[in-house]
Amino acid sequence: MTNLQCEFHTIVVLVENKAGVLARIAGLFSRRGFNIESLAVAPTDDDTFSRITIVVDVSSTSLDQVVKQLDKLVNVLEIDALDPATSVERELLMATLSAPTPEARREIIDLVQIFDAQVLNVGFDQLMVSLAGSQRRLDDFEALLHRYGIIEIQRTGKIALNELAKVESSD
Amino acid sequence: MQINGAQAVLKALEHEGVDTVFGMPGGAILPVYDPLIDSKIRHILVRHEQGAGHMASGYAHATGKPGVAIVTSGPAATNMVTALLDAMMDSIPMVCITGQVALPAIGTDAFQEADTTGITMSATKHNYLVTDVNDIPQIIHDAFHLATTGRPGPVLVDIPKDLVLPDSMMEWYEPDGHDLPGYNPVTEGDPVAIVEAAKMVMEAERPVIYSGGGILRSRAAAELLALAEMTQIPVVTTLMNRGGFPDDHELNLGMPGMHGNYTAVMAMQQADLLIALGARFDDRVTGARDEFAPDAKVIHVDIDPAELGKVRFAHVPIAGDAKSIIAEMVKEVDKLGGAAAQPDRDAWRQTLSGWQEKYPLVYGDHEPGKLLKPQFVIEKLRDASPDDTIVCSGVGQHQMWASQYWTFNHPYTWINSGGLGTMGYSVPAAIGAQVGQPDRTVWAVDGDGCFQMTSQELITAAVERIPVKIAILNNSWLGMVRQWQELFYDERFSETSFGSEIPNYKMWAEAMGCVGFRVDSPEEVEPTIQKANEITDRPVVIDFRTQAEENVYPMVPAGASNSDLLVDPSQRGE
Repeated sequence: MTNLQCEFHTIVVLVENKAGVLARIAGLFSRRGFNIESLAVAPTDDDTFSRITIVVDVSSTSLDQVVKQLDKLVNVLEIDALDPATSVERELLMATLSAPTPEARREIIDLVQIFDAQVLNVGFDQLMVSLAGSQRRLDDFEALLHRYGIIEIQRTGKIALNELAKVESSD
Repeated sequence: MQINGAQAVLKALEHEGVDTVFGMPGGAILPVYDPLIDSKIRHILVRHEQGAGHMASGYAHATGKPGVAIVTSGPAATNMVTALLDAMMDSIPMVCITGQVALPAIGTDAFQEADTTGITMSATKHNYLVTDVNDIPQIIHDAFHLATTGRPGPVLVDIPKDLVLPDSMMEWYEPDGHDLPGYNPVTEGDPVAIVEAAKMVMEAERPVIYSGGGILRSRAAAELLALAEMTQIPVVTTLMNRGGFPDDHELNLGMPGMHGNYTAVMAMQQADLLIALGARFDDRVTGARDEFAPDAKVIHVDIDPAELGKVRFAHVPIAGDAKSIIAEMVKEVDKLGGAAAQPDRDAWRQTLSGWQEKYPLVYGDHEPGKLLKPQFVIEKLRDASPDDTIVCSGVGQHQMWASQYWTFNHPYTWINSGGLGTMGYSVPAAIGAQVGQPDRTVWAVDGDGCFQMTSQELITAAVERIPVKIAILNNSWLGMVRQWQELFYDERFSETSFGSEIPNYKMWAEAMGCVGFRVDSPEEVEPTIQKANEITDRPVVIDFRTQAEENVYPMVPAGASNSDLLVDPSQRGE
């Protein structure tokens, strides 16, 4: 199960939507010495359950242990350790940028168009932009934004689902 | 039937078959104590909440039934934390009910408010904060199910006061099943893996059965005996499984680990197959992990899948209940030809018996003018007490000597704090065990350091006429720490001496309503034990004055390889 080439793994956990469940998961990670890289949580279409997407750094531990320990939590129903090669991932980034001159503003808007991002809000010397996409794409966008002076930036951590089958299953 | 929340709590406990609870009332739990007067449930009023927790644990150990503790909010709940974590580490089924401030007061830093579910999250298998009086029957039903199934453990139910007040009415119902969609413990072992395991057993030349506390939790002692006798494979019994395989059986090598005997430690070290049954490769057993049992393949049976491969790679991991899996293994071994089809293991047997002969457990003779040898006291205690005596211990040298020198021939006769190593465990645990097994003799072998932590519970025992017996191996030191300071800190004894005259244990015992004795000389040991064993109407405390210089051997120094086991100085060659 453990993929030694990759230190970050995405685990999708279906949990009962009850008070304290997130604390149980966060507590488990801290006391077992597992490192969380990012974490996103929201109710599913059935609001008695929530889905938590955790990106875990398994360089210091085995993915197998993380999954088995998570499975011991009474409120955890399902755990899916996603293979990066066969999953679809999305993350959202929002950033407020310094744009004091018309040139800066134009350059930023060019970048927004190239990346299929959005301008969310405009101030007299600032712009707020957002981009949803793969982690890699967000990293690239963020790197390019740096020269304009990032006032604030917030990323959600990624969410992911398994890729859909392309042919009908034989069984 | 309309009843209030407090009545629902007691009705739910009765519904789970609870006959005894250990606890102490206080503000937030007060309403639950009112209907207790009318209940058939026996309540043992403790002197400190930690005592209630360890009593529940001792009761669970001795009976196999879940132990139940009821305490109030805030400091009572925090006093319970040690006992919960202790039960968690040793997989003891326990249900703890705590009072909580009323729902509207939660989060306001109210009087005696503590975030009990937050604090105990990592000290319990699961916990609940009840927020609706109607949930009480279901949650308590689920709590008992969680505590007693799968890998057992403590479950805490925190109940706000407003849900149990006299006007907190609800319609009583008997829960229909469980509301635990995420809880599905594995019990049946994978049949393919069991066949694979049986094949490995048939091929091994130097196999050892490494039996742990899971044998007792799974009530699998008979199955273990059947497997060992059929295959003639020797068995080591960890600290948590003393009694799970009879000590007087020729296949029993005894306790492995840091203070295990030479043969048990070396058998594992040189084995080519470890059959781990309900054991978790604890650091006290493995010593330096990388050097532990270097040539051994591993079959690992455990009800907790997370234990498989956690510490040691298992060639055949089998998740499930040891009882049924061992029974299946016996069948599979039989199908493969049984004992006769196994390789010739004479050489292995001879190696083991050679070690047993060369390195038995030893201690020196009594030295005139000196205090008692603690091992001698335990041997006398063992010989003068019934075969099915229940022995409890605290943590330290006395614990290791009790495990080493007692002969445990029956399961559920050894109760100690293995995983957490909780000093002060033995007195309350012994009381809980005696409550659960009123017709048996219960001895707590305690250290003087441990005794001073929880001995106030002897007042509980005296008042409740619970006739536990306490043997204090009193060397007036924190003995195990002293031993480490002697061996590893150049005999710089920092803060480990208690001084030998204070307290006066005999007077202290008498003040608590117990019979007290003090024993200084070897001649007095046996007659005093006889006297103590005849007392059945109150607790007894014997203050055995023991020699402080006595160390526990063998010993694997912390972090060292098990191969570097230090035997008794008298057995060391040049």
